[in-house]
Amino acid sequence: MQITVNVNGEDHTSEVEPRLLLVHYLRDVLGLTGTHWGCDTSNCGTCVVWLDEQPVKSCTVLAAMADGHRVRTVEGLETDKGLDPVQQGFMECHGLQCGFCTPGMMMTARWLLDRNPHPTDDEVREAISGQICRCTGYENIVRSIQWAADHPAEQEVGA
Amino acid sequence: MTTTEENATPMGFGRMHRKEDARFIRGRGNYVDDVRLPGMLHGAILRSPFAHARIVSIDTTAAEAHPKVRAVVTGKVLETLNLAWMPTLSYDTQAVLATDKVRFQGQEVAFVVADDHYAARDALALIDVEYEPLEPVVDAKRALDPDAPVIRDDKEGKTDNHIFDWEAGDAAATDTVFADADVVVRQDMLYPRVHPAPMETCGTVADMDKVTGKLTVWSTTQAPHAHRTLYALVAGIPEHKIRIISPDIGGGFGNKVGIYPGYVCAVVGSILTGKPVKWMEDRSENLMSTSFARDYHMHGEIAATKDGKILGLRVNVLADHGAFNGTAQPTNFPAGFFHVFTGSYHLQTAHCRVTGVYTNKAPGGVAYACSFRVTEAAYLVERMVDVLATELDMDPADLRMRNLLRSEQFPYTCPTGWEYDSGDYPRTLRLAMDMAGYEELRKEQLAKRERGELMGIGISFFTEAVGAGPRKHMDILGLGMADGAELRVHPTGKAVLRISVQSQGQGHETTFAQIVAEELGISPDDIEVVHGDTDQTPFGLGTYGSRSTPVSGAATAMVARKVRDRAKIVASAMLEVSPDDLEWEKGRWYVRGDQEAGKTIQEIAMAAHSSLELPEGVEGHLDATTVYNPPNLTFPFGAYICVVDVDPGTAQVKVRRFVAVDDCGVRINPTIVEGQVHGGLADGVGMALMELMAFDEEGNHLGASFMDYLLPTSVECPSWELGETVTPSPHHPIGAKGVGESATVGSPAAVVNAVIDALKPYGVRHADMPLTPPVVWRAMQGRPIRTDLAIS
Amino acid sequence: MQVPAPFQYERATSVEHALALLARYGPEARVVAGGHSLLPMMKLRLAQPEALVDINDLTELAQLRLDGNHLSIGAMVRHAQLLDSAVAGEHFAILRDAERVIADPVVRNRGTVGGSLCQADPSEDLSAVFCALRAELVCQGPDGRRTVPARDFLVGPYETALADGEMLVEIRVRIRPNGSSYQKVERRAGDWAVAAAGAVLELSGDVIGDVGIGLTAVGAQGGVAREAEDFLRGGAATGERFAEAGRLAAENCSPSADQRGPVDYKRHLAGELVTRALRAAAARAQGREA
Repeated sequence: MQITVNVNGEDHTSEVEPRLLLVHYLRDVLGLTGTHWGCDTSNCGTCVVWLDEQPVKSCTVLAAMADGHRVRTVEGLETDKGLDPVQQGFMECHGLQCGFCTPGMMMTARWLLDRNPHPTDDEVREAISGQICRCTGYENIVRSIQWAADHPAEQEVGA
Repeated sequence: MTTTEENATPMGFGRMHRKEDARFIRGRGNYVDDVRLPGMLHGAILRSPFAHARIVSIDTTAAEAHPKVRAVVTGKVLETLNLAWMPTLSYDTQAVLATDKVRFQGQEVAFVVADDHYAARDALALIDVEYEPLEPVVDAKRALDPDAPVIRDDKEGKTDNHIFDWEAGDAAATDTVFADADVVVRQDMLYPRVHPAPMETCGTVADMDKVTGKLTVWSTTQAPHAHRTLYALVAGIPEHKIRIISPDIGGGFGNKVGIYPGYVCAVVGSILTGKPVKWMEDRSENLMSTSFARDYHMHGEIAATKDGKILGLRVNVLADHGAFNGTAQPTNFPAGFFHVFTGSYHLQTAHCRVTGVYTNKAPGGVAYACSFRVTEAAYLVERMVDVLATELDMDPADLRMRNLLRSEQFPYTCPTGWEYDSGDYPRTLRLAMDMAGYEELRKEQLAKRERGELMGIGISFFTEAVGAGPRKHMDILGLGMADGAELRVHPTGKAVLRISVQSQGQGHETTFAQIVAEELGISPDDIEVVHGDTDQTPFGLGTYGSRSTPVSGAATAMVARKVRDRAKIVASAMLEVSPDDLEWEKGRWYVRGDQEAGKTIQEIAMAAHSSLELPEGVEGHLDATTVYNPPNLTFPFGAYICVVDVDPGTAQVKVRRFVAVDDCGVRINPTIVEGQVHGGLADGVGMALMELMAFDEEGNHLGASFMDYLLPTSVECPSWELGETVTPSPHHPIGAKGVGESATVGSPAAVVNAVIDALKPYGVRHADMPLTPPVVWRAMQGRPIRTDLAIS
Repeated sequence: MQVPAPFQYERATSVEHALALLARYGPEARVVAGGHSLLPMMKLRLAQPEALVDINDLTELAQLRLDGNHLSIGAMVRHAQLLDSAVAGEHFAILRDAERVIADPVVRNRGTVGGSLCQADPSEDLSAVFCALRAELVCQGPDGRRTVPARDFLVGPYETALADGEMLVEIRVRIRPNGSSYQKVERRAGDWAVAAAGAVLELSGDVIGDVGIGLTAVGAQGGVAREAEDFLRGGAATGERFAEAGRLAAENCSPSADQRGPVDYKRHLAGELVTRALRAAAARAQGREA
């Protein structure tokens, strides 16, 4: 079947099998390998991307379901204005080690901060509770997201 | 981004941003599954649904007829290539694809190569295997029964499931001490089978170029050079025609040390089809078939005086090694470094006996940040000390203080022969207690107990043994555990360091650049660290057992010092003085007594490549190579205190606080060190409270997905409270000790001790991990659950 | 990675269209909404539907609103939407309690209320919640709509009262003054329940008018603790009687052992959690707790 998906602001039209998972569409069809996968059961969250306005686990969404919708991936976080504060925060606070869970974590973090610009640590922990990190013990991920909360991008300050 | 004082790059040791982060935060890492080659095909593995069964027949006709299938490989096909079996890292053999029997659920039976991943998975359903189920050996305690089915009947003359008996320490002396002791306490405990479960599963892209005869393998490996040698030995491909590339690795924790059948199958697939073949396991395959950890059934005994002087420790271990003895550990140590089990205490004597057995479970045993089974050792002694404290009605902190090694006792040779390099244990425990507010916590606990609330405080004091290791004692499959390093300094003073070890997230590109910076005064920003490609790096055994900094970090310091020495000769020519008249300050040689007259390392580098006439015997350039053979292991240590609350009605455990004071000697990049500790503490909470691979009586794996194999989330982890003491290693060039696994080794006992402490009003002395709510509740009822078997 | 077997994919544009597609493909077709229960089963090839009818575009089923004296929850309402709904939380705290512990925030963005109910996993939370609330489930088929009490919807594990060609479109809960609570024990955040209990209490003064108690994952007949409800109805709302209700709930359920726990522990939890849910519900009904 033919699908058209707007990924990071750009329309892509592709012929795919109905069973193709969104994560494979992004990685294998579009070559956006920043989105990873780590399980089969939607437990690990390394595959988190935005579908329209919300983070979802792309291993459990069909590419066909994204037809006509917008998808945002880690590759879409950085803009002409520079890194997203979340990306900067992860670098500032050593929020990553192997880097495998990082894209998914950052996508959820951006969503959280858009909804709740000054979350408590508990709210941050709750937001990322469906995403597993084996390296950081979460401590520095929480700090990274809080760093981003404390350093909003300039356009957001004015808003 | 602006550079501020806090994030300025230090000229050497100190906090700095990681060099590798720039790519990861943009989604520009390059993991094995990101590798895409022209014409690449995709492999998938058919696995056994049975734990123990004879293979009657395999019919691949329908799979081969699938329009997208390019090859179907079975054990019979591999037999023709002499590849049906491969050596394990413990001098056993393991089936690549089963020919005679399957010996664990999830064992590899057939390999399909197809045009795409989806077609390869579809074709698995088209392979028809007829099995004749056999009785499985699931319970390790039944493995040695005379009537137990023999799992390894492929081994000639094998009539039982026994692998090895091994012992350390002085049995007779220990028996004497126990016979005369005031108090002897005994406790059975299981360190259950767990899995490292890195977020990236294992996989390979194999590309055999038929024209050049060169095999290139992109692989999730922590030990690329060891893999190259093993492929050469197993497949008979000349070693110079093999290139292993370990790109970015999404966590390893020991899961990515060994060679798995899937890797070999991908290589065979590429040889058969003439195309590159990718194989990535799914999560269930990862949990069911690749290297598990622990599975030690331990019987501990501790002897002491009435007033709490520990005299001796005696342990018997039944070690479940699964269907093939595939543990990854130095040859002379079939139980790894378990015999460091006397831990941090001064005892008169100790003895351990370990018996390894085959069961119908996946092979492995040494993984998951275990430092070659120091994890099991530290857990055993720290639980035994708490059991003793309960028996003596002593505070567990007091009991530890009374028995910890004193700083003046170092270097200390323990009863089983390890020489601990350095330490000041009481200081470290005292710091942890002060940070935790230990005395206040005990008061709070008392008040809560009176109200019927359950709060527990658990202590663990561990001594690690890392940095394997001295070549005269330590090798893996005959390969000595020394590591090389090469350092090139370009004419403009920028440098490239090439190392043998392989980061899986530890930040080697940053840390190792900092070591060179510290030694040479070249900024870490000006140093490129190359690793993970056997064509580009010197030989060495890779990253596991917290050995990168102790071994390769030392090699890096030493090779930098070689460059410094060469620079001295060049500087002497530049300054027209004798080398003996030169003094070094970071980044510069200068004339003794005339601080102004000197040359920077950058100036020297340019001169070394110039037409400057150099003294006789110096051929130019500054480049150097070295191999580091460690004189001893390093012995990091730490004191951990965990505070938990247990709901008396539901038996749920909440980790409220966790204080961790680590001493890993000199810290190169404290931020990275703390990150390593954070991760290990989460491992400890996971193993202590939720991670488990149990098996039912048919041998079905009951933890085969992340729905069942539970890993801790951000919600179960408290905000870690870290402290540090620094006792440099006296024999390491920069005084560092290694830290990657310390927290994984030390933390489980602290969590378990805290929970058991909370359950004291119920008279509970021990319960086995993982302390899930049902396990805790049953312990409170006095009817413990055996956590390695199915709950019934 | 595990991948599903091939299937036909159809995207429904209306409920009628979805029903027509179901009729066309017959019993081998499945409705897919969030897909968070179905797709993992398909990856394991435990489910191999010939066709998927995607109802994600049916915004008419994604409404969450007051409809007269009912709370109306469309079958396509996502878990996150229900959790965030002020109107739902204001009338029925149990909905917020339960949604907060269903899976994780990202899964809740995608998973739907209807999908959870129709999957009918015995460890799923919302069945017990809607049984406790005595909700009505509106099912639509080729012959029109019918209403099934939540307590009759669950037929067994993974089995519902939905007929072939029929789909769940709405859940309706009568608004009335009440206090409610959902109490769950899980081994880890995001895990399925070891056991859970939901209670809805209607009090006049200290006297219990009606009461609903739903149970999750403990093999309770119809997902409810009927004996406990009968015991409580018309009596005083006291701690002792809540404890007795818990005892009755524990006695009358029949859990099975698995890696989440043995029978005795799950039975114990049924009692403990029913008692806790009743206490919390009473506190809320009496305005002592939010």
